Amino acid sequence: MLELIQTLGKSTRAGFTKLGRGTYFLLQTLTGILEIVPRPRLLLNQMYSVGVLSCLIISISGLFVGMVLGLQGFYILSDFGAEETLGVMVAASLVRELGPVVSALLFAGRAGSALTAEIGLMKATEQLSGMEMMAVDPIKRIISPRFLAGVISMPLLAALFSAIGILGGQIVGCGLLGVDDGSYWSQMQSKIDFFDDIINGVIKSFVFGFVTTWIALFEGYDTIPTSEGVSRATTRTVVNSAFSILGLDFILTALMFGDD
Amino acid sequence: MLHSSTQDTLVGLFVAAGIAGLFFLALQVCNLNYFTEQKGYTVTARFENSGGLKVKSPVSAAGVKIGQISDISFDPKTFESVVKMRIYSQYNSIPDDATASVFTAGLLGEQYVSLEPGGSSDYLKEGSNIEITQSAIILEKAIGQFLFKSAEEKK
Repeated sequence: MLELIQTLGKSTRAGFTKLGRGTYFLLQTLTGILEIVPRPRLLLNQMYSVGVLSCLIISISGLFVGMVLGLQGFYILSDFGAEETLGVMVAASLVRELGPVVSALLFAGRAGSALTAEIGLMKATEQLSGMEMMAVDPIKRIISPRFLAGVISMPLLAALFSAIGILGGQIVGCGLLGVDDGSYWSQMQSKIDFFDDIINGVIKSFVFGFVTTWIALFEGYDTIPTSEGVSRATTRTVVNSAFSILGLDFILTALMFGDD
Repeated sequence: MLHSSTQDTLVGLFVAAGIAGLFFLALQVCNLNYFTEQKGYTVTARFENSGGLKVKSPVSAAGVKIGQISDISFDPKTFESVVKMRIYSQYNSIPDDATASVFTAGLLGEQYVSLEPGGSSDYLKEGSNIEITQSAIILEKAIGQFLFKSAEEKK
């Protein structure tokens, strides 16, 4: 019994210590962002590996999610004779929810795990300590550019996802199922609001990008420097990112769309 | 590793694609026209009941959209709904004895205001009032009346 309580206490304490280290790490990273201004090349390289390389999976998933929404939406809406509102359904669900959430989940799997593995291996092979020996701050040199790249890329990827998804919905809805092209767009235009829907979606994806990149970088930086440690850290990145994305999504949705 | 100039190009393309996606969402999906807000004039109509009318609902004449609702408020003295609508300025020759009615597009569609022109030679302008209005049809009321009538007839 005592042992059980001890384990509970130990894991609680470990959790809080980790949270504290994570917050400290985030603060250091944020102050390090200023150091990128004289060296934009560092950011550019990371934008390439975090953003550009995620483009393909995001676009293809967006296309298919939009097409599935078009199909399912059409079958449900045609029961009520309301196929014309297909555009509203596809656009609202993509812009408000699926765009930010699914692209953030994909981003965590594609870019987040890569970041953790890369930094974890740097730590395991003592590259980070090597940098410190040369009086180069690894947080400023390695972590901050990756963090900024993730935070910038996420909203762009989510916008890409939603835009391609809406086109996918149009291909299926108007091309295959015969919904009128004009009413697809015009109903969408009259029902989707710039600030209520699109800006809120961008804010969501910004928050998700912030959290996912933070988790990925911290897990890599905080890893136990062995091959097993890196593999565990990579798993934790994906699992924890998914949890925080879905949990935060609920909170953000309740705050943003609560009063209408 | 790629050449840095190729990398630059790809990053540039990525950022451009992302921003293009945002613009697509803003312009094509929600038809953002805060910057190109169409000029217009505001007229007021008082309805006994404006039903499910909302701000930004369309105002149409002969089925063509000529403006949109800009404000809906309740007048506590006359117990009427005061609806302000903004009519686009190119439609500046609508007779001032036009009738405004609240209709529903389809059975479940959104509600809109329909203007039916009268025969006056004076036109609606900024600040004018539409005198003749017809309220929204409340389905429950209509059903209630119908049931009541058919019960009366049976007696």
